[in-house]
Amino acid sequence: MRKIFLTLILLITTFQLFAQNNDIEMADALRSNGKIYIVVISVVIILVGLLIYLFAIDKRLKMLEKKSDAKN
Amino acid sequence: MGVPRLAILHESIRNLYFHVPMWFAMIVLFSNSIYFSVKSLATQSHEDDLKAVESVNVGVVFGILGLLTGMVWAKFAWGEFWSFDPKQNFSAISLLLYFAYLILRNAVDEEQKRAKISAIYNIFAFPMMIVLIFVLPRLKDSLHPGNGGNPGFNMYDLDSRMRLVFHPACLGWILIGYWIYTIRYRISALAYKYL
Repeated sequence: MRKIFLTLILLITTFQLFAQNNDIEMADALRSNGKIYIVVISVVIILVGLLIYLFAIDKRLKMLEKKSDAKN
Repeated sequence: MGVPRLAILHESIRNLYFHVPMWFAMIVLFSNSIYFSVKSLATQSHEDDLKAVESVNVGVVFGILGLLTGMVWAKFAWGEFWSFDPKQNFSAISLLLYFAYLILRNAVDEEQKRAKISAIYNIFAFPMMIVLIFVLPRLKDSLHPGNGGNPGFNMYDLDSRMRLVFHPACLGWILIGYWIYTIRYRISALAYKYL
């Protein structure tokens, strides 16, 4: 009886230890490796944003080229 | 380059090289815009007006990029994409001010009038943007470093290691912004000349 009791107590204390080891912070992939992937995401956002913008400018230039070709 | 070891921020402190220069590039472009707005009022020249608009066009893009990168960073440093931090709110509002500038321009058909009205609007919008981004957040409680009694980022960077990367990064992003602006200006100057 005492042995079972002792095991139970030990078990409960270890559960508590487990609970303390679990941090609440989630989204683990982005929090791993010292959150370096947040920087990667920022770089990707900037790169994609600027590329989309540059393609929009390119489209405008193409239209201009077409129009000036038609005129000449 | 090494960076200071800080809780919560960890490696995301390197976002300083990408998120902050976006705003610097935006402010440089908007300053360029107001310079040409004032000049266009004096000279009445169409080129100056075009320069002012294209500058705002590119500046707004950099502002949006700054907002998006800031939101991702905020999610993992402060817990929310948008925590209604004064600086977040006010920078969004100042972007809206410049959206209004672009819409106002498109609403006026007559060329001379459009140049004048938008230049005057720009003269009002620029100081408001500066106040919204640099003055008001400092008076309130803010999560941003350097605002509301928080220490600025330079406090963390005691040995100035980050500055070695940060200053060239700022210069680089500003130059990229200026370059895109000159491309846009040249295109629209051509369009105005020939079409």
